[in-house]
Amino acid sequence: MTAKWTQNHPLYLDYQATTPTDPRVVEAMGPFWTNKFGNPHSRNHHYGWEAEDAVEIAREQVADIIGATKKEVIFTSGATESNNLAIKGVAKFYGDQKNHIITVVTEHKCVLESCRALQQDGFDVTYLHVKENGLIDLDDLRAAITDKTLIVSVMAVNNEIGVIQPLKEIGAICRENKVFFHTDAAQAVGKVPLDVNAMNIDMLSISGHKVYGPMGIGALYVRRKPRVRLTPLIHGGGQERGMRSGTLPTPLVVGLGKACELAKKEMAAEAERLHGFRQKLLDGLRERIPEIYVNGDLDNRIPGNLNISFAYVEGEGLMMGLKDLAVSSGSACTSASLEPSYVLRALGVEDELAHTSLRLGMGRFTTEDDIDYAVERIAKEVNRLRELSPLWDMAQAGIDLKSIKWAEH
Amino acid sequence: MAYSKELIDHYENPRNVGAMDDASGDVGTGLVGAPACGDVMKLQIKVSPEGIIEDAKFKTFGCGSAIASSSLVTEWVKGKTLDEAGAIKNTDIAEELALPPVKIHCSVLAEDAIKAAIQDYKSKSGAKDDNQDAAE
Repeated sequence: MTAKWTQNHPLYLDYQATTPTDPRVVEAMGPFWTNKFGNPHSRNHHYGWEAEDAVEIAREQVADIIGATKKEVIFTSGATESNNLAIKGVAKFYGDQKNHIITVVTEHKCVLESCRALQQDGFDVTYLHVKENGLIDLDDLRAAITDKTLIVSVMAVNNEIGVIQPLKEIGAICRENKVFFHTDAAQAVGKVPLDVNAMNIDMLSISGHKVYGPMGIGALYVRRKPRVRLTPLIHGGGQERGMRSGTLPTPLVVGLGKACELAKKEMAAEAERLHGFRQKLLDGLRERIPEIYVNGDLDNRIPGNLNISFAYVEGEGLMMGLKDLAVSSGSACTSASLEPSYVLRALGVEDELAHTSLRLGMGRFTTEDDIDYAVERIAKEVNRLRELSPLWDMAQAGIDLKSIKWAEH
Repeated sequence: MAYSKELIDHYENPRNVGAMDDASGDVGTGLVGAPACGDVMKLQIKVSPEGIIEDAKFKTFGCGSAIASSSLVTEWVKGKTLDEAGAIKNTDIAEELALPPVKIHCSVLAEDAIKAAIQDYKSKSGAKDDNQDAAE
């Protein structure tokens, strides 16, 4: 086992948090910081035109990865803004006709908080629960739709557990009921094939830095036929068809475009490669560590995600031992609340198991050696900490932990 | 968040890990916290007839700060009388390990664990004393 990974240079296994910008993306962006610095909205000279041309190529590249046309893509600062704009923008535009929103308890905070903000403005919000595997029940969705329902917002891929919602089926239900369908696809773009027409998606949010593009850029797909109208959140010069004012950051836009182009080209091969890695990782861990549990559906899941509970070992304590691995945990020991991940809770994972979870995210720059290294390190550390764990002792002695009256603090 | 050297040392090389026979009359056991909260400490003390803590062992389920806090207190209580051990404050633990504010609860739990172990020992030996009284 090579000791190439250290605390100050840990093995990166947190690809759902962010992805490194692909060097090819950085290269494509380069000229737009320096000689091609024009404002893409300047219509009077070469600098403006070349920047505008580059932006329009990028718009086409972004549209292409989701099966849209370029006129339907507007650039934003990231998926958080896209989600805010999609949900609040539609709500503000159509709010006097319909005032009901449907979303899901496991959505990203920016979707949940946008919905909460609209509740303050008088909207009704239904938060659908998920099944044990993290997926919504389509019958729940059908049952929740009323004649007041304006929009359904369901994420394509969950950021913690990587599960893929049945977008095509959700889209069909929404279209049938004449309800807008928005999906937060920040974790899905470039990982799973997306087609806004086949899936009847009306709005789709994209993040630059989750797809090997730069941070600070994202996009929102807004359907033109049948047309979806939004009230803008940011007012100004009327850029982006009036839906999002502000000068476009040409280098970032170019980077997002290039990132989408690369992701589309490499998606199938990359998915296959990562699928093999995940299997190797899971097999390796299962072989060396008893009593581990995968959180979320394993089949309907992006290949680069694994979320596992290592029973009897607290996640943050585990991460501290794995200082040469950059991973994240569903434990929330650092937060004042002491409450573990709301996503894992929504699956019905009990708090004691949620506290023991790690999210392992693999991606474009992960190698097979990395997987071997991670398996060795995690197995070693989990087994060390189990030797320290009174819960492990009790479980080995056949004591039912639920039979003990714990003093919850 | 950077942890102190002391904390990392106790986490990586925990002292006095293990268990003692809970049924033994000179052993007091404190089990505090809850799995659902992400912290459980089991702290055991072995007390001499003179009332001195001769040995201490722990096992902890929790974050690095919880493990380090319990490891530290096993060192601290050894050689102390029950009253001295019972006077250890969570603030002393937090200071020694330079716990960040979000981790103060780990030191509180460690203090609770000592107190619980002492209490357990006293209730056991109290019962024993009663028996002796009855025998006399």
